[in-house]
Amino acid sequence: MKRLMLFIPLVVFFGMGVLFWVGLGQEDKSVLPSPLIGKPFPQFILNTVESGESLNHLPQEAVLVNVWATWCPTCKAEHEFLNALAQQGVKIVGINYKDDDFKARQWLKAYGNPYLFNIADPDGQLGLELGVYGAPETFLVDSQGIIRGKHVGDLNARVWEKLQPQFEALK
Amino acid sequence: MTEWYGMVPEFGQLALIFALLVSVLQVVIPLLGVRNSQDWLMAYARPLASAQAVFLLISLAILTYCFVVDDFSVAYVAKNSNTALPTPFKVSAVWGAHEGSLLLWVTLLGCWGLAVSLFSRSLPLDMVARVLSIMGMVSVGFILFTLETSNPFERSLPSVPSEGADLNPLLQDFGLIVHPPTLYMGYVGLSVAFPFALAALMGGRLDAAWARWSRPWTTAAWIFLTVGIALGSWWAYYELGWGGWWFWDPVENASLMPWLVATALLHSLAVTEKRGLFKSWTVLLAIFAFSLSLLGTFLVRSGVLTSVHAFASDPERGIFILALLGICVGGSLLLYALKAPTVASVGRYEWISRESFMLLNNLLLVVAAFAILLGTLYPLIIDFFGMGKISVGASWFNTMFVPLSVLLALIIGPGALSRWKADELKRIGGQTVAAAIISLLLAFAVPLLHGGDMNWQVFLGIAVALWLITVTLTDVWKKCRGQLSRIPSLGLSFQGMVLAHIGVAITIIGVAMVANYSEEKAARMAPGDIETLGAYQFEFVQAGHIEGPNFVSDAAPFRVTKDGKEISLLTPEKRRYNARGQIMTEAAIDVSLFRDVYISMGEPLDNGAWGMRLQVKPFMRWVWLGAIFMSLGGALAMADKRYRRRKTLQEANA
Repeated sequence: MKRLMLFIPLVVFFGMGVLFWVGLGQEDKSVLPSPLIGKPFPQFILNTVESGESLNHLPQEAVLVNVWATWCPTCKAEHEFLNALAQQGVKIVGINYKDDDFKARQWLKAYGNPYLFNIADPDGQLGLELGVYGAPETFLVDSQGIIRGKHVGDLNARVWEKLQPQFEALK
Repeated sequence: MTEWYGMVPEFGQLALIFALLVSVLQVVIPLLGVRNSQDWLMAYARPLASAQAVFLLISLAILTYCFVVDDFSVAYVAKNSNTALPTPFKVSAVWGAHEGSLLLWVTLLGCWGLAVSLFSRSLPLDMVARVLSIMGMVSVGFILFTLETSNPFERSLPSVPSEGADLNPLLQDFGLIVHPPTLYMGYVGLSVAFPFALAALMGGRLDAAWARWSRPWTTAAWIFLTVGIALGSWWAYYELGWGGWWFWDPVENASLMPWLVATALLHSLAVTEKRGLFKSWTVLLAIFAFSLSLLGTFLVRSGVLTSVHAFASDPERGIFILALLGICVGGSLLLYALKAPTVASVGRYEWISRESFMLLNNLLLVVAAFAILLGTLYPLIIDFFGMGKISVGASWFNTMFVPLSVLLALIIGPGALSRWKADELKRIGGQTVAAAIISLLLAFAVPLLHGGDMNWQVFLGIAVALWLITVTLTDVWKKCRGQLSRIPSLGLSFQGMVLAHIGVAITIIGVAMVANYSEEKAARMAPGDIETLGAYQFEFVQAGHIEGPNFVSDAAPFRVTKDGKEISLLTPEKRRYNARGQIMTEAAIDVSLFRDVYISMGEPLDNGAWGMRLQVKPFMRWVWLGAIFMSLGGALAMADKRYRRRKTLQEANA
């Protein structure tokens, strides 16, 4: 019996090896929920894209915070849906992530502006603190400024079906 | 390119290939010698190990030369350097990305082999042959990995770029020049204790002499690991610009796990040397320590986990390292499972004895390492069972690690003053009761005096740290029988241990204070504005501009005052690096023993105003000061005479 115990480390290591083998084959690491859920939205002092005035807080109501950029093709794909949401009265705040203000304004002019306002985050500092992986990402933030949910990837009708009840509950 | 100097990078690659061939010989010839008991074959181990190291050093020197002369025909140089890069950073750019850092890794491995062959005169020849042969196996694997998947000498001929893409600005820093080589020295240094353990298993010889040989090597690797981890934390603190100093990032965990196990190994080796116990456990720890440093290499370079400082991932590389890991770790654990009974310990000890304390110390350290391993791999495990994707946050690691550290800090002191074989709780209690009272009282006082109200986390941290210090000093006092002049005669090993244990306490104090009493404020500030944080006033003097060699920056000189007295002039910067257009925050820090004042610039706002982040971090330096004490302690212990007296002893025995 004691003899067999000596094999335990080997067996455990073998298990880990299998795990790594499988882990290597996996490409998709995009659906990590944020460890920030339940935490306050990070402090920031940034300018808005629209007017350049400085800003340090979100509106005190339930909002979606959508991280986007003009260099991000998926953001373009989800933009129509955001416009539709805004029409339904969903409040959305944009974070223009690692982008150029001028390009962002052009984009909003061309495709419509679903956002209450856009926070310019040209260096991605706020994005870093939010643990942004890549654009687009959307955070659900309640009226107290606490992050309640996160979705990585584009928002669409199917995703919204799941997120909407959660968002309505925040109101 | 008919001139010979146009072929310099090829010479580098050639040297690497020679190193591979030599290391193959280093594996085969000495082992043949051992099998056939041929001394002359075993004697080849030392010269071959030296030759391998020389070829690797040549290879590394040539890569460095390519960086210094801006040879952008070498793809790796073009990707990681630039003509405008200052020369010291050109040198450190050699290990700025995957390929070069791997070359550094194998070169350091070769250097440890060289060190073993130089400082092993007193070892039996068959031991040297086995140890160097096993080190050769590790070398073969990793040199092959370098040549096969990550060749730093690859050329981008015939279209040579006229300018390089520049080194990642995060890495253009003094911290990066010294941090990776030190950490790698530690990682790779564990590759010495590892073959010592395997050689003991293979030869069936595991006695006090064996432990005495292994100890200084393990201590050396442990010192490098300690310094390397501390440097990494210090670098992250001042260079990343958010004032954090430990993030529980997979890559940090990858360095902490081998450190914890190496610490356990140091103590277990002490028991094996003094009492002939824990033999098979010591061997297992030696295997664990090196396996975890290999695992760290795998995690960082394979992209299997996501991390802020992972290298560019490549599945082919991942599979190669996984295979290496499998052969190396799987092979050694199999050998352990088969041969461990041959090194069984004989000897007894009571429940209350130094052996028990050491066992408890080992268990706590290994459990801590295992908890970190679990946290690091947890996302992979969950994913494997199809239970979704998760990430493990710092809070999980803190919940696991803090209680274990507290327990460990509680037993260090009594463990060090307890007796081998058998001791009495009454005796230990009698010696430490004064220490307990003093540390409890002071620990109550600290949060009340510093923060004004009771903070139980601070109380706990300060209490265990003071307990550790007072018990250790009590031990010194008893051992020198109340005469401080006797301290020098207590022996370097003992003094080293005292210093290292006090280092642990210093780090605990630093962590407890900085984690609980840091103050932070984000503020919108224009030139002329004044903000107050704690007892400090921060005045943004005027907007400035600095032109660096390969960057331009906005600077914000600050006058920091306390009670109306100027403390320092700090100038944080926001740099834009020309080659990649990347923007970096350079924090400005006023350092003192009891607090750091930390200013970093955020975003430019309207009317010349900036978002500023102001921080006051008490006792920040103590976190790293403790690490310095620990490594000095290790160095003292290594310098102990008995590691060098061996030869005469052996001759006497013979």
